[in-house]
Amino acid sequence: MPFTQPEPRFAGGNDDLARSTVSMNNDQPVLSRKAVQRLRERVIETALFLAALSSVLTTFAIAGVLIYESIPFFQHVSLKEFLTDTQWTPLFDNAHYGIMPLVAGTLVTTGVALLVAIPLGTIIAVYLSEFAPHKVREMVKPFLELLGAVPTVVFGYFALIFVTPLLQKILPNLPGFNMLSAGVVMGVMIVPYVSSVSEDAMHAVPMFIREGSYAMGATRFQTSVRVVVPSAFSGIAAAYILGISRAVGETMVVAIAAGMQPNFTLNPLEPAATITSYIVQVSLGDLPHGSVGYQTIFAAGLTLMLITLGFNIGGYILKKRVREVY
Amino acid sequence: MTSVPGKKIKAEVKNLNFYYTSVHALKIISLDIPEKQVTAFIGPSGCGKTTYLRCFNRMHDLYHGNRYEGEIVLHPDNVNIVSAQVDPIEVRMRISMVFQKPNPFPKSIYENVAYGLRVRGTVKKGVLDEKVEQALRGAALWDETRDRLDSLAFNLSGGQQQRLCIARALATDPEIILFDEPTSALDPLATARIEELVTELKERVTIIIVTHNMQQAARVSDTTAFLYMGELIEYGPTKQIFTNPDKKQTDDYITGRFG
Amino acid sequence: MADRQVEQIRDLISRHKRWDSIFAVIGLLSMLVGILTLLALFIQLFIDGMPRFHADFFTSFPSRRAEHAGILSAWVGTVLVMLVTAFAAVPLGVASAVYLEEYARKNWLTAIIEINVTNLAGVPSIVYGLLALGLFVYTFRLGQSILSAGLTLALLILPVVIVATREAIRAVPGSIREAAYALGATKWQTVRDHVLPYSTGGILTGVIIGLSRAIGETAPIITIGALTFIAFLPHSPFTPEFPFVSFQWLLDPFTVMPIQMFNWTSRPEEAFQHNAAAAGVILLLMTLAMNGIAIYLRSRIRSRLKW
Repeated sequence: MPFTQPEPRFAGGNDDLARSTVSMNNDQPVLSRKAVQRLRERVIETALFLAALSSVLTTFAIAGVLIYESIPFFQHVSLKEFLTDTQWTPLFDNAHYGIMPLVAGTLVTTGVALLVAIPLGTIIAVYLSEFAPHKVREMVKPFLELLGAVPTVVFGYFALIFVTPLLQKILPNLPGFNMLSAGVVMGVMIVPYVSSVSEDAMHAVPMFIREGSYAMGATRFQTSVRVVVPSAFSGIAAAYILGISRAVGETMVVAIAAGMQPNFTLNPLEPAATITSYIVQVSLGDLPHGSVGYQTIFAAGLTLMLITLGFNIGGYILKKRVREVY
Repeated sequence: MTSVPGKKIKAEVKNLNFYYTSVHALKIISLDIPEKQVTAFIGPSGCGKTTYLRCFNRMHDLYHGNRYEGEIVLHPDNVNIVSAQVDPIEVRMRISMVFQKPNPFPKSIYENVAYGLRVRGTVKKGVLDEKVEQALRGAALWDETRDRLDSLAFNLSGGQQQRLCIARALATDPEIILFDEPTSALDPLATARIEELVTELKERVTIIIVTHNMQQAARVSDTTAFLYMGELIEYGPTKQIFTNPDKKQTDDYITGRFG
Repeated sequence: MADRQVEQIRDLISRHKRWDSIFAVIGLLSMLVGILTLLALFIQLFIDGMPRFHADFFTSFPSRRAEHAGILSAWVGTVLVMLVTAFAAVPLGVASAVYLEEYARKNWLTAIIEINVTNLAGVPSIVYGLLALGLFVYTFRLGQSILSAGLTLALLILPVVIVATREAIRAVPGSIREAAYALGATKWQTVRDHVLPYSTGGILTGVIIGLSRAIGETAPIITIGALTFIAFLPHSPFTPEFPFVSFQWLLDPFTVMPIQMFNWTSRPEEAFQHNAAAAGVILLLMTLAMNGIAIYLRSRIRSRLKW
């Protein structure tokens, strides 16, 4: 009696799979090479997918850790006190838990930094994109990249040891720790971020838009300012948002040069702590799990993330608005 | 033939040569552009007609390595507009251009038309308003836009955008308007409207139009120049070029044997 | 055109063109601010750090006497932490990028992953430190160790590695892939044998740039609890008896270069400023060297692989 193969169980396109998966060979079913291969492909794809998922998991982990570790804090400090008290002295006996001094410090240093970074960054971007001859561009861009590559702790040192004494020559009453030095150095540090993203946006404006302006008899300056910059607006806005995020999250420059004393003031000539430098200050000491110090840094970190998120969302909405208009 | 007898000349091109760095792109072109008429430049792809057109408003100066030789003399003041001594910006203030792809600025309709005026120092609202309306009327766009002068130019259709670009070019009372294949990106209806406009506009301003569409040249122009490989092959009244050309090459191109 | 009109126009044009020149000057001055800052920074560091430029600086531990204090524990710590960072970030980052470029379909899940990668690039580094403190140090009980630090920095530079790898993969032309598929290769075989090998240069460049960022990161490491006064080295990875490698060092306390510099900068005694500056010079040289290598690699790849 000739040996016949059993009817395949799968209909249609999977006949192949069925026949190759199980072949009757002396009563022993053997997984064929193709099946092993298919299994291996699946496993690899899953592994790669899990790797890709890690970024989502990280985001959840960040949100999770910040919220979870802040809960004990908010259980014994009311939200009202957190947002309205003007003193931040959590480690003292008579503890105050108002976040405003830290927020003020963050806002002032960020403000000073942006006052430096946005004008400089934009002007440099317009100049490099529209005015600079090729050689100048080639020479300058590496310097700007270098500026962005210097570690922030080195910038902090520079702010304390070089910039503050320099400023003290102009403003003799300037204290050794102050927000102005820190802000200015932060600003210069952020210039490469603002200028390179803005420049990319301007560079992307097609030449025939510029030609339309030149054909009307406009000069290079007129074309850059009246046509190129408005055309690149959404990219430039993105650059500004990037700069703001960077400034708000900066830690070492302010930790070193602005002093780490919480101080509720809007005067950049005074020392102060930012949300970030407070976290550093506390971390320098002992942080047993569950201690007051431990809880407060997570509450501070949560506030920082919310502020950063706020700016990012604001930027996203702004870009969508601009795009809708177009 | 380099001249059309009996017509007043707006610009005289004398032995014009043009070089893209080392490439000799235009070779000894000489012809006269008659005033308040439509002159068309035709020829196969790459023959140099757009390159030639862009000499008239010194567009080539925007890029490195370009060089003009010879003259384009503008009447009545006899200025050689391709001379290195003459400021390209000055030339562009007298000669406007409409591009192949409509390129309105990211501004309102009003501001697009007013741009050339502002660049020339006109700031008074009353004057601007009047000139903007005039230009939009001249481009047959006034009725469609009078109610939304402040809305963004990008909201207009392709054909409307191109008419806006024509209005923009008109607003500054140019002596010559250059049209670089103005309808190649437009649908047939919009194309017809623009051709109609060109025919109207020639009453007021000298027009040079580059087109790869021979029928368009035949419909719209009074004189035609046929270029091939950077050289001027033949130039004369449109009717003659299309029905009874002198040169065989011209005839071959017109009848579609090449290009 | 009337002569007077021409005069007026010429006047107007020259007035407008003056703005061109003015702006060019302003542009150059603005760039000068950045360049001068960089120069001042370098010079200040070098001059301040000079008294400490001798071999002992590299081989001494920190000490209460500034003249004797060195960066031994710091640079060893940096090297060890970077090892962990690279080992964690490279597989994870490359795998993520391979998935996103070769396997992912255009659906909402892929969009979410991509949004997250972009998002993470904008998270302040200190928040990564907080994440590490809560998660690695306490929940996973890895302690205030080299392992925690390395993993934290790996997460921090993950977006950089992912983006660089994706770009490198994208540069491999589709025709190569098609050739492989046409010969019967599976997707993974194509990736493993063709796409990845040809992208190695770009991936390496991205990893080096990421590591050069990680080397200078201070805040997250402080938050984890790196101690600033370490007068001992972590356990050696190599042991004299079988199995010849030890992983004890992963769980040891440690310090890194930027933290050492920070610690010395914070000291009021002026003598320590020299130490801080010297450490800064070394840190800067390490960062610049890595960036330089990355740029060199990038240009060599571009010239070698001409598709």
